[in-house]
Amino acid sequence: MERLSRFNIVSLVFGFAFLYIPILILVIYSFNASRLVTVWGGFSTRWYVSLLSNQQLLDAAWVTLRVAFASATIATVLGTMAALALTRYTRFRGRILFTGMVFAPLVMPEVITGLSLLLLFVAIGLDRGFMTITLAHITFSMCFVAVVVQSRLLAFDRSLEEAAMDLGATPVRTFFAVTLPVILPAIVAGWMLAFTLSLDDLVIASFTSGPGATTLPMRIYSQVRLGVTPEINAVSTLLIAVVATGVIIASLINKRRDVQRRRDEQAATQG
Amino acid sequence: MKSLGSIRRTFAPWTNAEAKPFITFENVTKTFGDFTAVDNLSLTIYEREFFALLGASGCGKSTLLRMLAGFEEPTSGRILLDGQDLAGIPPYRRPVNMMFQSYALFPHMNVEKNIAFGLKQDGMPKAEIEKRVADMLKLVKLEQFAKRKPHQLSGGQRQRVALARSVAKRPKVLLLDEPLGALDKKLREETQFELMDLQQDLGLTFMVVTHDQEEAMTMADRIAIMDKGEVMQVATPAEIYEAPSSRFVADFVGSVNLFEGKVAGQDAGRVKIATASGFDIQAEESAAPPAGETVWYAVRPEKIRISSQRPETAVNAVEGEVWDIGYLGDMTVYNVKLANGQIVRSSQLNAHRTTADPLTWNDRAWLAFPADAGVVLTR
Repeated sequence: MERLSRFNIVSLVFGFAFLYIPILILVIYSFNASRLVTVWGGFSTRWYVSLLSNQQLLDAAWVTLRVAFASATIATVLGTMAALALTRYTRFRGRILFTGMVFAPLVMPEVITGLSLLLLFVAIGLDRGFMTITLAHITFSMCFVAVVVQSRLLAFDRSLEEAAMDLGATPVRTFFAVTLPVILPAIVAGWMLAFTLSLDDLVIASFTSGPGATTLPMRIYSQVRLGVTPEINAVSTLLIAVVATGVIIASLINKRRDVQRRRDEQAATQG
Repeated sequence: MKSLGSIRRTFAPWTNAEAKPFITFENVTKTFGDFTAVDNLSLTIYEREFFALLGASGCGKSTLLRMLAGFEEPTSGRILLDGQDLAGIPPYRRPVNMMFQSYALFPHMNVEKNIAFGLKQDGMPKAEIEKRVADMLKLVKLEQFAKRKPHQLSGGQRQRVALARSVAKRPKVLLLDEPLGALDKKLREETQFELMDLQQDLGLTFMVVTHDQEEAMTMADRIAIMDKGEVMQVATPAEIYEAPSSRFVADFVGSVNLFEGKVAGQDAGRVKIATASGFDIQAEESAAPPAGETVWYAVRPEKIRISSQRPETAVNAVEGEVWDIGYLGDMTVYNVKLANGQIVRSSQLNAHRTTADPLTWNDRAWLAFPADAGVVLTR
């Protein structure tokens, strides 16, 4: 391997500093004993304790988790179905148009998605709240699931399904015994993506929420407008911890599986 | 292990007019859009036969196999298996199993579960499944690999798992799509014989698709040569090689020398062909076309003798110049250029370590062959 030149070291340090200093500051100040956010008053975990008695924040967190769980699950089912339809039935008219239409929401400005959903909900007279936020999140996270699952399906060897049917499995059994297990990693990845997207969405939730259904990002945002409190730092640090843990575990599992697989393959070709 | 010779020698149901066909393709056509993959094809295959479909890629042989498996429906025509019309029967209800070219092993199941998959679909009792799986593992000599996943196996082992999985259900017909295509040469040769033994032991009908003529010649009872969706000839390997029915078949299987000419006369079962290569050929042929017709005399390189002098007893002989020599160890191939520029190939078995008659580049040489060395072709 080539040695790092001084230029490389400098760019690396600046790059990472740019990315992580803001987060680092937030995490440090969440352990600040002082009530003033910008003045360091010694180390303390009191804001984490007081968080537990902040009913508003806890309620918001609960709503967010429920919305994220429900929307991610439904979006995964719908997104997987869309991906299946688009990769399997390649000969129908307007397929390219449909593919484009599934992916368009990926690049649609969130404000527009939020506004259009709001108009729709008002028009059909749906009371805004938990239900509408969940529906809105399904709408936009479904596309992400479809993209992830579709890329896996494109690499899927169709002869696996033919082999299953050849051996006597009906199409339904083939799907559950062969197709689903093989594409499962992509489905799980899609679910996690949808979950995270829902967890940190502010714009669309703001448009589609109603009284009694405030998500955590909305709560944080509205409190910050009245001034940043150390409590907000604490809750944000917890959010970062949850997301980081998830990402690290997922990549560790992936990495271990890769290493194991490579070792197996080596052993097989030698033996 | 018992020898196949005695069975092979007597097995020839296609010569018996009363033998009942097991698989029948009746005027089968399959089109994909504008492309005709299989064109009005008829074919009969007998029970316990090892049948090979041989052809270049895109000749329709795989489509034919997939229609029998049920993955494609014929555009027109019928396919009968054991007297039953297969139209409309989905792949999972056909008593036919297939071994895929890619093996198509289920990556999330171990070897044992892969083999048991088909048995489970039939609702076979658990104890019986276990016994059958053990038998299959023993058959393909993979007992100690039962718990391995497919990616933990070598190519040859995967091939054997695929084979075990496809015969586990004791299908009436086993379809094999390029079964040895992914193996290296040495392993391929060993596996050819293993497949033949397996077919005899289980008493199954095998239908194998291949583009490798050596493979087809070694394994099959009969071979169908396919081109552009049509069957060019169906015959035993020896008949295909020694008595091809057309220039396409002669040229496709092995190498061949073709002499074009016109029928110049007929006498006592022999035809005289006036060729453009500067000599007349006496050919043994009882049903030759009338004089004046254009015909081709096809003769294999190993049937042509090469020597520096004209052999005195030779019926057919022509002189040329040694153009190229290829030494292959067991034999030597000579390319000889005739006066009209045609290159004729002759191969000589190196039965002795030294030749008494060393021919070398640019030598004058005589090529000679008897009247029955080749066949007269009209198309």
